[in-house]
Amino acid sequence: MLRRRKIVNGVMLSLTGVCTVFVVGVLFIILGYLFWNGARYLSVDFFTKLPTPVGESGGGMANAIVGSGKLLLLATLIGVPFGFLGGVYLAEFGTGIFPSMVRYMTDLLNGVPSIVIGIFAYGIVVAPMHHFSTLAGGMALGVMMVPIALRTTEEFLRGVPQSLREGAMALGASKARTIATVVIPAAIKGILSGMMLDLARVAGETAPLLFTSLGNTFWSSGWDKPTAALPVMIYTYAISPYDDWHRQAWAAGFVLLALVLLVNVVARLVLAKTSHA
Amino acid sequence: MSAAPTALPRSRVSEFAAKLRAGDQLAYMLTLVCAASIFLVTCLLVYELWLGSALTRHKFGWDFILSSTWDPVKEDFGAVPFMFGTVVTSFVSLLISVPIGLGAAIFLSEMALPSISDTLTFLIELLAAVPSVIYGLLGIFLLVPVLESAVVPALKGVFGFLPIFSGPFYGVSIFSASVVLAIMIVPFIISVSREVLLAVPVDQREAALSLGATKWETTWQVVVPYASRGIYGSIFLALARALGETMAVTMVIGNTSKVQASLLAPGNSIASVIANQFNEATSDVYISALIELGLVLFAITIIINGVARIMILTTGDKVGK
Repeated sequence: MLRRRKIVNGVMLSLTGVCTVFVVGVLFIILGYLFWNGARYLSVDFFTKLPTPVGESGGGMANAIVGSGKLLLLATLIGVPFGFLGGVYLAEFGTGIFPSMVRYMTDLLNGVPSIVIGIFAYGIVVAPMHHFSTLAGGMALGVMMVPIALRTTEEFLRGVPQSLREGAMALGASKARTIATVVIPAAIKGILSGMMLDLARVAGETAPLLFTSLGNTFWSSGWDKPTAALPVMIYTYAISPYDDWHRQAWAAGFVLLALVLLVNVVARLVLAKTSHA
Repeated sequence: MSAAPTALPRSRVSEFAAKLRAGDQLAYMLTLVCAASIFLVTCLLVYELWLGSALTRHKFGWDFILSSTWDPVKEDFGAVPFMFGTVVTSFVSLLISVPIGLGAAIFLSEMALPSISDTLTFLIELLAAVPSVIYGLLGIFLLVPVLESAVVPALKGVFGFLPIFSGPFYGVSIFSASVVLAIMIVPFIISVSREVLLAVPVDQREAALSLGATKWETTWQVVVPYASRGIYGSIFLALARALGETMAVTMVIGNTSKVQASLLAPGNSIASVIANQFNEATSDVYISALIELGLVLFAITIIINGVARIMILTTGDKVGK
């Protein structure tokens, strides 16, 4: 009996180790396969040239890189101010029932599938304007950024010791001044890292862009015109039947993943440092 | 010499003015408006989905979520094939990812040295940051060929008599989508489950061990039950993510709007049909039907998220504080 229990113990505990090795192994396979393929097909042209028509090899995705940059700029301009100021409200002014309702709504909005956000942006921007636009895509991504920006800001402001606020107040500073010159600077590292993670998350979003910024094989001619974006390019090129396009999709996947992971690693290291300090 | 202000209203006004000058009231209002914008956006979102789906809601009523016909040419729309695809892919992905995720979480919280556990968790959480379109890309070019050449023949060899593994396999299928989803949600299960397992008091483990239980018995019969609600919560969070996942699923599910018994047959989920057909929807009724699918998906994820949140919150009473 004891022997059987010991065997079960050994087998089950080793299995948990196997599970861990499996998951970490998947990570390395994903990274390895993507970086191996991506690096093979990546060239300077990828960053400087426009996509070529089917059958013509070469070309790049310069327009998609710029397009993604424009979309993320718009998303930041929408998502960060609302999220940041909303977070300040929850951490510094929020008392009573209203803040908890805001928190609940924020979590709810955070759980909405990205494709539904795409439909929302379509209804709000694309349908009234009667055409797809960079603006609509940026708005969709911006809306997606708000919940996390808000909750991270709140979390890090709450982490600031109460004594700092009291110290500032005791010196005669008003509440607004205390928040702006003492509380926010004390939490700024964490907040900025959180925002970077938030941005990295929407940088890879594809679904909300499919019917908002649509895509474009040329340079986008304005903010109210459709634009190419890296994630959407990966999608359309990957499901196409052409080998040339598959190679471009790998290169684009490499660039996108490298950027996203780089931001993640840096932001998480900064966060780990601040939480231990 | 000036007299002290006598009238109360006036002093209130001047107090307010002083605060306004100092910026307190202004800061309060500005941040309040930004916080309230969350309500505005969420309400607009629901309103937009409700309004956009008016045509089909009136035309089909409840039949929309009961009918399994999806015929854009005859403009006859029903959501069943997609609800089926969404539920089946999510369920199968949980069947694969829950045992693996829970196993890894147990290893990371109970077995591994803290430094190793932290490093591995860091790596696993990076998996959660990989964009879904990248999972789709790898799904098409790496996973599907592996499934086709090794996994599916083996499955057919053992379980081939079951209807869910019958029929030919063309690579893109409900099963492929489930496997991609499983890989995508496993980091969530591990990271949340590990947290709640680590929050279980050490006394619990010591008490069980001192009674003569083995390490595994302690873990499985004492620690895991203690943290069970948090673990269920993590599974529901993962489920909510799986239900709404779009790109990776769209790229490997096969996009066939039919209900088929075999997991190896191509299918469609709610999210994937919207992603696939929205841009080619020509008539108003067609668009309205797709928006109503969005409404259905929205409702499902709200419910699942709500349940998950309640579970994690109620666990917080027992574990964590």
